[in-house]
Amino acid sequence: MPAEPLLPSGLVAFVKRDCPTCVLVEPVLAELAKHTELTVYTQDDPAFPGGVEPVDDRTLDVSWHHGIETVPTLLSVRDGEETERVIGWHREDWRRVSGVGDLGSDLPERRPGCGSLSVDPDRAGELAVRFGASRLAARRVELAALEDEMEAAFDRGWSDGLPVVPPTELRVLAMLDGTTRAPSEVVAVVPPDLVECTVEKVAINAVMAGCRPEYLPVVIAAVEAACTDEFNIHGLLATTMSTGPILVVNGPIRRAIGMNSGANVLGQGNRANLTIGRALQLVIRNVGGGRPGEVDRATFGNPGKLSFCFAEDEEGSPWTPLSTDLGAEAGVDTVTLFPGEGPRNVIDQKSREPESLARTYAVNLRSVHHPKMVMGFDCMLVVGPEHARVFSRAGWDKARLIEELHSLLQIPGSELIQGAGGIAEGLPPALEGATLPKFRQGGILPVYCGGGAGLFSMIIAGWVNGATGSQPVLREIRP
Amino acid sequence: MTAQAGARVVLDPTGEKRPVARERVPRPASLEGLTVGLLDISKPRGDILLDRFEARLVAQGASVKRYAKPTFSKPAPMDVRKQIAEECGAVVEALAD
Repeated sequence: MPAEPLLPSGLVAFVKRDCPTCVLVEPVLAELAKHTELTVYTQDDPAFPGGVEPVDDRTLDVSWHHGIETVPTLLSVRDGEETERVIGWHREDWRRVSGVGDLGSDLPERRPGCGSLSVDPDRAGELAVRFGASRLAARRVELAALEDEMEAAFDRGWSDGLPVVPPTELRVLAMLDGTTRAPSEVVAVVPPDLVECTVEKVAINAVMAGCRPEYLPVVIAAVEAACTDEFNIHGLLATTMSTGPILVVNGPIRRAIGMNSGANVLGQGNRANLTIGRALQLVIRNVGGGRPGEVDRATFGNPGKLSFCFAEDEEGSPWTPLSTDLGAEAGVDTVTLFPGEGPRNVIDQKSREPESLARTYAVNLRSVHHPKMVMGFDCMLVVGPEHARVFSRAGWDKARLIEELHSLLQIPGSELIQGAGGIAEGLPPALEGATLPKFRQGGILPVYCGGGAGLFSMIIAGWVNGATGSQPVLREIRP
Repeated sequence: MTAQAGARVVLDPTGEKRPVARERVPRPASLEGLTVGLLDISKPRGDILLDRFEARLVAQGASVKRYAKPTFSKPAPMDVRKQIAEECGAVVEALAD
């Protein structure tokens, strides 16, 4: 950071020609220059004001470092220390501070000033980079003269395969305005390289993903959740299965940052949905070092591993939100991470009774990963408005639906054992006489969202659950 | 690295466990069975130099494929580079004069 410029002793004024009040006080400054020790810093025109020898502060170096917010500002300085500050034109104050009793007799008594260029919103970012550079700790990477900045990110392995926004310091500082947390705060230790990831590193990757600053708290909370022992992002990354982290956002922040919970909720087109999920994946890739073909051993992967993030439609839902089901207070901003594969559509355009629609769900849920596999995988059941109405009209709450699904998904061991149905895959023969649930308790997670038309729901099958796999993890989103 | 004034600088998004400069591809462990491309950049006597390379590489068990740039004064055309990348495990680019 450049050293803070010292102020000269005596009176110090800050002005710009583009300010009518500064023009008004031009003769006053000329008068003061005759009688006092006066230094005038000019922000826009080095020839202004006339009658004094102004100091050129077009770089705004002095104005910025001394917190000038308005011009004209008159300071009284002794031994480099500011002892008094007058903002705008105020005759009595200027007379008192300067000790010149008849100053500005022909001017109005007072006149407010204009905004200092050092606080101009259009320049604030550039000035912050210039004067506040040392706030950020990340290594600087200088691009070669002939290097294309978009290609540079691909060449260095920073991209998930799509273009990324170059993470300049200006953009990263703007991103960091989205959180109150210090850039140096450690958010999590990110697998597989087990690197301590700071707020700043999250912000850099959020810039690259295309996030706006107001999304950053969601990304930070998602990184926190992903890197817990329960969620086990390392295992989810390393698995040969196609699964990846799926983010569900609850609470008022969904609307505040413009997330989509309606039509095409799991698809393209919404910046917040797409870039928040992508930012998490870029953190795993870049900070954690988790790359496909290396620690990521997925046989197929799925398109959702670029980004899979959506919001629940709490306002439209007849049910409690996912967040409160998982223990959060109502109205609190949360992100829930679920380890899941790509979504699969369930069509039922005939069922008007909840019993019938629940059966449709059950036969489809039975096939999660394999109809002969039980209890090892959870699932998210994304219920659309037209299907949810079938349940809400009949007075079924979410708990009732889950209870019905569990009871419909009690499966005789004879259908599950190895060889049953002519399929070698299956459970040990000893379980032939048992009855086993398809899902463990808590293993069906309904979420409400989607467009208004369409008698559909979606199933998102999970990765291995339990202590050796991954648990859904909820984190509160903090500013 | 200290950034030069006016240079385009981005912040490193990684865990910073690897150096910023791009790393070289590892050297081949052995020449045995390796296909080595010999790229003549079309400078005079480059072919003589490459003939010697070819003889010595073949003697050590490598096989050799020859390529040439149309002119030394311009970068190799994309299709030549692509062909070398597809067909060879290593490449020697010959200057001469």
